[in-house]
Amino acid sequence: MKGSEALLKALEREGVEVIFGHPGGAIMPVYDALYDSPIRHILVRHEQGGVHAATAYARASGRVGVVMATSGPGALNLVTGLADAYMDSTPVVAITGNVPRALIGSDAFQEADVTGVTMPITKHNYLVQEVNDIPRVVREAFHIASTGRPGPVLIDLPKDVQLSEFTGTFEVELDLPGYKPTTKGHPKQIERALDALERAEKPILMVGGGAQHAHGELLAFAEKTGIPVITTLMGLGAFPGHHPLWLGMPGMHGTVAANRAIHHADVILAIGLRFDDRVTGKVSRFAPHAHTIIHVDIDPAEIGKLVRTHVPIVGDARLVLREMLKGAKPLRLASWWRELEDWRTRYPLRWKPRPHLQAPEVIRAFAEATGGHAIVTTGVGQHQMFAAQYFPVTRPRSFITSGGLGTMGVGLPFAIGARVARPDELVIDFDGDGSFQMTLQELATVVKYGLDVKVVILNNGYLGMVRQWQDLFHAKRYSEVYLADSNPDFARLAEAYGIKGVRVERKEDLMKGVEAVLSTDGPVVAEFKVYHEEGVFPMIPAGGAAEDMILEHPEEREEVEA
Amino acid sequence: MRHVISVLVQDHPRVLNRITGLFARRGFNLESLAVGTTHVPGLSRISLVVSGDDHTLEQVEKQLNRLIEVLKVTDHSEPHVERELALVKVHVAGVEERLAVKDIQEAFRARVVDVAQKSLILELTGDSKKIDSFLEALRPYGILEVMRTGAVAMSRGERTLKVREKREAV
Repeated sequence: MKGSEALLKALEREGVEVIFGHPGGAIMPVYDALYDSPIRHILVRHEQGGVHAATAYARASGRVGVVMATSGPGALNLVTGLADAYMDSTPVVAITGNVPRALIGSDAFQEADVTGVTMPITKHNYLVQEVNDIPRVVREAFHIASTGRPGPVLIDLPKDVQLSEFTGTFEVELDLPGYKPTTKGHPKQIERALDALERAEKPILMVGGGAQHAHGELLAFAEKTGIPVITTLMGLGAFPGHHPLWLGMPGMHGTVAANRAIHHADVILAIGLRFDDRVTGKVSRFAPHAHTIIHVDIDPAEIGKLVRTHVPIVGDARLVLREMLKGAKPLRLASWWRELEDWRTRYPLRWKPRPHLQAPEVIRAFAEATGGHAIVTTGVGQHQMFAAQYFPVTRPRSFITSGGLGTMGVGLPFAIGARVARPDELVIDFDGDGSFQMTLQELATVVKYGLDVKVVILNNGYLGMVRQWQDLFHAKRYSEVYLADSNPDFARLAEAYGIKGVRVERKEDLMKGVEAVLSTDGPVVAEFKVYHEEGVFPMIPAGGAAEDMILEHPEEREEVEA
Repeated sequence: MRHVISVLVQDHPRVLNRITGLFARRGFNLESLAVGTTHVPGLSRISLVVSGDDHTLEQVEKQLNRLIEVLKVTDHSEPHVERELALVKVHVAGVEERLAVKDIQEAFRARVVDVAQKSLILELTGDSKKIDSFLEALRPYGILEVMRTGAVAMSRGERTLKVREKREAV
């Protein structure tokens, strides 16, 4: 058996069923072995598409996503996707070919120091020097990627190692003396947390992506205690978006109720989130009335990193919540809920109606037509925030977006990965005209595998989020954000790939368009031409605090009730 | 505030790269780094000198602990022994200077490890402050070259930076 075959065997033993990838010279032995392997391979058109698809596969399925690429340029094309997976704590294993060992360090053809380059954006990485190490390295890589705080792991495999004769064993034991994640929360700290909650008058539960797998426990805990729940962008779906205890998303484009709740809370129970600056705003002004912040996270380095924590609980969200549930009591929060209810009814999410078709109403229309029963992926920009605001995600692992890195172009490859992971689910990619054009070549992947994904492009002819910032903070100096003069006809572009194209330009055609997308059996690219100057509101300017929230565009303010 | 931190690591390739890279990208201030093997095959020990406030130091420790190949991290806030080795090549123009340098050498209990017509190489171990003073004393004679290793440290008494026996037997 060759090293390449040993690699695939080791992957099989990890339960890998599908690999996203793109071949090339330095990974050819593995692709040759793949010819005879039961593992399915999805050929993407660009390695970046492959790593994003593997990321979404992991996020949608809860398993490890696998991507493969050749050396040098192929491997370097993974960088953005690896960084994205790293920032959003997603378990991905990337396998890259490298030049033969004898050529490493010689600036050989298609050589790059990939382990060096990816060191800061992977949880761990390997350069395999010995063919018989392959099973151990694969075992460790999957273990490291999927346990503790999940993250991407890269395995770099020189070509001659792939071709060497494997004489080792697959029966390897994990021996990682420096890696022992704490999963069970400290009982004393859990007791302290429950104590603080019991005495709280205005408690809130803040939930991040680290609690996606703990949705059952979360729901039980919230319902038992009656504590209001706020989910971050990464936490959307971890708690049902139609539940009366849910206040929405916090932060820069969060709801008034969520942000005010944080501002007035006396006790905050934060679970599986890392206090991103898009959530906290200016840290020194974050949650000024909270005398107790309880932070549950599996990564000890996140606790106290940005926000002062009074009760640190290192552990897995699910296990900690399970323990907390045992001691949880119904809390008397009637007056707190009166306050929250008031904000919620006075300041619901809303858009200012215009004669033109608008992004929020397109998303709302899809949400209503599907009953929220879809896996939503997004690119990055205004459409992403609109999707987060107006598509109430009801189930975990169903809102797949780039949170930490804010990677434009993830929408389509995310949709591909989600659809491969959950082939029976409706997958909708809400994308922007700018974002979509960063990876649109993956339409070819959609065609090749007949993947039923619905791409909904909210085309405002601008890099909308940048335009919004220029509008508000740069005196409307719209520097290099105009796209409409050079955008393609997206529907015809789709047709060129053999995919059904839909175009909707007028408000009155909205429902017809939604219907056309959802009734199509197979992939669709639908372009909705939306109002070009829409802004995402509410908004807390970067570095601001909850009190600085802008509810609507300053120039349109007089038309809305105070 | 200045802290000396000891880190026990698996001596895999690029582990040092991971550590220095971590300091660079998280903006931690690394003053010195000394690394060597231990009595346990496969384990190396690194001494780091870092400056920062309590919050920074807490993060330094936590982020180091996140590295897969890091087994233990200790901040030497307790009584500890700290040593640094310096080699100093100093210019000696004539007999008078030679005698004066010899006085300094004796006062600091340094050793002469090389003698040439116009220069001496002196070797000194001690904590970093002692080496600073030594260099200050030699400065008037003309220091030609200095090589310092950076501090290494070990806790006094019973405290040890080791991992479980099972590991040590490997």
